Amino acid sequence: MENNLKRTCLYDKHVALGAQMSPFGGFDMPIQYTSIIEEHNAVRHACGIFDVSHMGEVLISGPDAERLVGHLFTNDVREMPVGKVLYGMMLYPEGGVVDDLLVYKTAPDAFFLVINAANIDKDFAWMQENSKGFNARVENLSEQYAEVAVQGPKAEELMERLLGVKVSDLEFYTFKEVEVDGKKVLISRTGYTGEDGFEVYGDAAYINKVWDILVGSKEVTPCGLGCRDTLRFEVALPLYGHELSQDITPIEAGLGSFVKMDKPEFIGKEAIARQKAEGIQKKVVGIELHEKAVPRNGYDIEVNGQRIGYVTTGYQSISTGKSVCMALIDNQYAALGTEVDVRIRKKLFRGTVCKKRFYQKNYKK
Amino acid sequence: MSKVIEGLYYSESHEWVKVEGNYGYIGITDYAQHALGNIVYVDMPDVDDEVEKDSEFGAVESVKAASDLISPVSGTVVEVNEALNDQPELLNQDAFANWIIKVELSDSTELDSLMDAKAYEAICKE
Repeated sequence: MENNLKRTCLYDKHVALGAQMSPFGGFDMPIQYTSIIEEHNAVRHACGIFDVSHMGEVLISGPDAERLVGHLFTNDVREMPVGKVLYGMMLYPEGGVVDDLLVYKTAPDAFFLVINAANIDKDFAWMQENSKGFNARVENLSEQYAEVAVQGPKAEELMERLLGVKVSDLEFYTFKEVEVDGKKVLISRTGYTGEDGFEVYGDAAYINKVWDILVGSKEVTPCGLGCRDTLRFEVALPLYGHELSQDITPIEAGLGSFVKMDKPEFIGKEAIARQKAEGIQKKVVGIELHEKAVPRNGYDIEVNGQRIGYVTTGYQSISTGKSVCMALIDNQYAALGTEVDVRIRKKLFRGTVCKKRFYQKNYKK
Repeated sequence: MSKVIEGLYYSESHEWVKVEGNYGYIGITDYAQHALGNIVYVDMPDVDDEVEKDSEFGAVESVKAASDLISPVSGTVVEVNEALNDQPELLNQDAFANWIIKVELSDSTELDSLMDAKAYEAICKE
């Protein structure tokens, strides 16, 4: 298995920087370069760059592209202008999640979809399977695109000064395509950290150039997937396989606002409508522990010795120092302020159900 | 390169023991702290708890993972390093200067099965 790991176009640079490498989504990816805490703080207070070339890209184009994306995707692309980005999910008919993704409208009849690395094959097969009868082309461009995320309060200033591209005109969740060295590069004001920042999609040569310039400046910190997870966790952004999965619907995950029930149709709509009418049995909540133990993915949540759920992601939050987790628990215990226990190894630690967002987002809107 | 110190006993699971009379101070090695990364919590036993050679007696938690502490010797816990409750990062700063528990040894012949600095250094290079 590990011998089949794919490498991004920046692999040699990670190794040269002494990164700790580890498998993620079928790729051999940098987890950290120096320390997760240093890299995390660089993004919160200055600027960091992530290699996210493992992410998948699919282009849906053609006369029925809008209708097909509307069929596959929970968010509403009907009024979407070119240059806009939307977040949402693809659902199974039962309401569980195939994947969560970003949709970029690149032309009136073309949409660029960014999907999770571990789900590329599954998603692409799902899109093809469900595109029958639509006059649209579905192309997996994952091998052609490399991607970096440049994140943090100084990202705008550094991108403009060091790369010479104007990005201050981009609003949150919009993008533009620019020509660099005769090639098309896509830059969006998006990210997965809770900070202002940009994601840059291009070919291997351009992404290598961006990396060299930004990292070479010493003003942008190379950041691994370790802190990408601690950053997204603190602002309650879900990770597929943890807070969303085939067994966890967007409603249970608390992400119902990305599922537009006023759309005429999309896969999973009936199941979600039913769930909204009948109410949910389980819910993703935040829990803050009263002591400094660390709740990890998979640990049991208990009330009076009865298991009521499990931790989906947990850390000692780097930004706040608190021991916190997101957990999927029985809905009857999901009210804010409810006391629950988290089983950590042999001991039980008391915690309180709280808001999932442990740290305030700092987006520039 | 990780640091290894002469005069200590080492286990394959990267703990060290420093023997003073009938007592042993137990900690984790520099190699271990480096592999774990930023340490944020140390789960320690209570004073008077029994620890058993090759059995888990607590855990060291880094940002990304929990790692069991395996006792290299058997005995009774006589002291825990309370400083680690507030400053677990001391283990990153100097893993050999910051012991985790002090144990009254119940069988000092167990030390014979542990490695010396030279043998331990060799397994770290594997």
